[in-house]
Amino acid sequence: MLWPRLARALVGRPLTDPAPALSQPTIAALGERLAATARARLGRSLSIREIDSGSCNGCELEVNALQNVAYDLERFGLRFVASPKHADVLLVTGPACRNMAEAMERALACTPEPRWVVAAGDCAVDGGVFKGSYAVHGGVGAVLPVDLLIPGCPPSPEQLLEGLLALLEAEAPPRRATP
Amino acid sequence: MSASTLIRAGAPQGAQPAERYLLAAEAWARLPAALLAEPGLALLALWAEPGMVHAAFLEEASAAVLLASAPAEGGRYAALSPVRPGAIRFERMIRDLWGLTAEDAVDLRPWLDHGRWELAGPMSGQPAALPGAEAPQPAFLPVEGEGIHQIPVGPIHAGVIEPGHFRFHVQGEVVVRLEARLGYAHKGTLSLMLGKPARAAAAFAARLSGDSTVAHGWAFAAAVEAALGVAVPPRAVALRGVMAELERVHNHLNDWGFICNDAAFAFPHARCGYLREGVLRACAAAFGHRLMMDRVLPGGVAPDIAAGGAAAILAALDAVEAEMPALLRIYDSHSSLQDRMVGTGFLDPDHAARFAAGGFVGRGSGRGFDARLRPGYAPYDWLLPTIAVETGGDVDARVRVRVAELAASIGIVRRLLADLPAGETLAPLPALAGEGSALIEGFRGECFAWLRLDESGVIRGLFLRDPSWLQWPLLEAAIAGNIVADFPLCNKSFNCSYSGVDL
Ligand code: SF4
Repeated sequence: MLWPRLARALVGRPLTDPAPALSQPTIAALGERLAATARARLGRSLSIREIDSGSCNGCELEVNALQNVAYDLERFGLRFVASPKHADVLLVTGPACRNMAEAMERALACTPEPRWVVAAGDCAVDGGVFKGSYAVHGGVGAVLPVDLLIPGCPPSPEQLLEGLLALLEAEAPPRRATP
Repeated sequence: MSASTLIRAGAPQGAQPAERYLLAAEAWARLPAALLAEPGLALLALWAEPGMVHAAFLEEASAAVLLASAPAEGGRYAALSPVRPGAIRFERMIRDLWGLTAEDAVDLRPWLDHGRWELAGPMSGQPAALPGAEAPQPAFLPVEGEGIHQIPVGPIHAGVIEPGHFRFHVQGEVVVRLEARLGYAHKGTLSLMLGKPARAAAAFAARLSGDSTVAHGWAFAAAVEAALGVAVPPRAVALRGVMAELERVHNHLNDWGFICNDAAFAFPHARCGYLREGVLRACAAAFGHRLMMDRVLPGGVAPDIAAGGAAAILAALDAVEAEMPALLRIYDSHSSLQDRMVGTGFLDPDHAARFAAGGFVGRGSGRGFDARLRPGYAPYDWLLPTIAVETGGDVDARVRVRVAELAASIGIVRRLLADLPAGETLAPLPALAGEGSALIEGFRGECFAWLRLDESGVIRGLFLRDPSWLQWPLLEAAIAGNIVADFPLCNKSFNCSYSGVDL
């Protein structure tokens, strides 16, 4: 039952979408944050650890969708890992709930340097609609040092991909300035 | 006196469509004994306001919803948990949020309050400031026996899922007891909604649990409309049905794939993910948002479905329907997969009935409740969907309920889109006082909303209850006796919401 389908898939057209275009100013700004040694160590691939700091789970749905075959992350050298100890990127969603702050800090402490922290979704950017609640710090930046913000409620897989690819580009050896 | 008679003897408060009866504290104190004698009166929810406790019940025989309230004199009220185990976590939440204590409660450990908010009783009307307080260590229920050890997991998990802590007591490979500790995603959602006009507060209902944004948005909107006596335009009613069924489809596809993946069988996961992506893109084309967040508003739906949206939805659903038989054959014919699904995570139908578990958790264990049929609401009053019920109670039974619902939902969307009424999609809201509630069937089960508005249309009292409240405790029962390695499978087959119950 399964084998004929797999065989057909081998000769069929790929289901994957083409890669999105990237914002050059974002890449340049990220590149400036990265020391040359860090660039060498991170290379051209990134292991991503997702952390939910108390989202509504909408962001998780889209982070999971990013891992479906239409986006095919591995072709870019991007992959999700199960432990912050294996991660180059902490991709954090949610408004930094007070009940999650200690776990967030511990996850960061486990993540080897060099590393990136990405705040994904309006909640992670500044608390979103939950800003001002007694129960949230209001944005991941209130708890962790954030390198990149990806707004959206939730950000679409394509927006998430653009952000992650910008990190990869920033790690590429600096290009000669074009006149 | 039976519990329902005792409640109906209280003073009616004019709530719509289900009446709320105000009981004297002394009458409420007689409820536990009366409930013990009336097992057909299911507890749906328990919540509070400053100095007042509220409960929502369902008369299983007639599917009538019954609301009861009583003053919590001196900050205390009689616990319902000794006779309704589903009340346990509600009572813990009520103490954490409103500072009211359930007398003779089964469990009074903190639940949402982890000691990190820097205040106590945030919704009690007079929260006490606790700056710089130390967060206490959580206490877990003890387990005794030879060779028992503990496995702590979370709040951050290995997969991309919501935060929560699971404490396993295991003997060898076998789980003796699982206890979940939730509350990590507590955002103070209810308190943010108080004092806001209904339309402004809708954004929070839409974010109670993102995967059920349509269902909770609809439940909230329907409660507002009931309170104000607003009639929703027929086109909006049909579009709500379309969105709710699309939400069911995309979640069922997602979880079916993930369940297979948790049994290390990747093919259905890849295919379901791809089909689901097609559905989400069609939702974006039709409604301007992949998850259809903020589209259901009190008074109707906005914006209207886009030109070409219906065609995009139908094409995506055709693709799902075309592949379902093949996927189901693969699911059925691989013994490595069936071996993991069948008999795993058995939920006793008695437990499901005692907790009044809704959704595929209840329907996989023989409890045939579906709010779309009973109590029922438009547009399902004429669609009359068939309800899939399985009695196996295991992971496989829950999967089969969902696969059957996938096919049914596709049929419902087609019928709704084939005959979409013309006209407006959003009715204006009068600035009136009123009180209303609603029960809307999301993909997980029935979402309950209750609220009270003052003369200026501002929310003064509110509770939103995700179906997971009554399903989470059953996961703990279903996993007992299984091996630790089957936990992800069992957990995904329940797929309870964390954010939805963390509030
Ligand atoms: S940004 Fe939006 S989708 Fe993401 S967690 Fe916040 S409310 Fe949910």
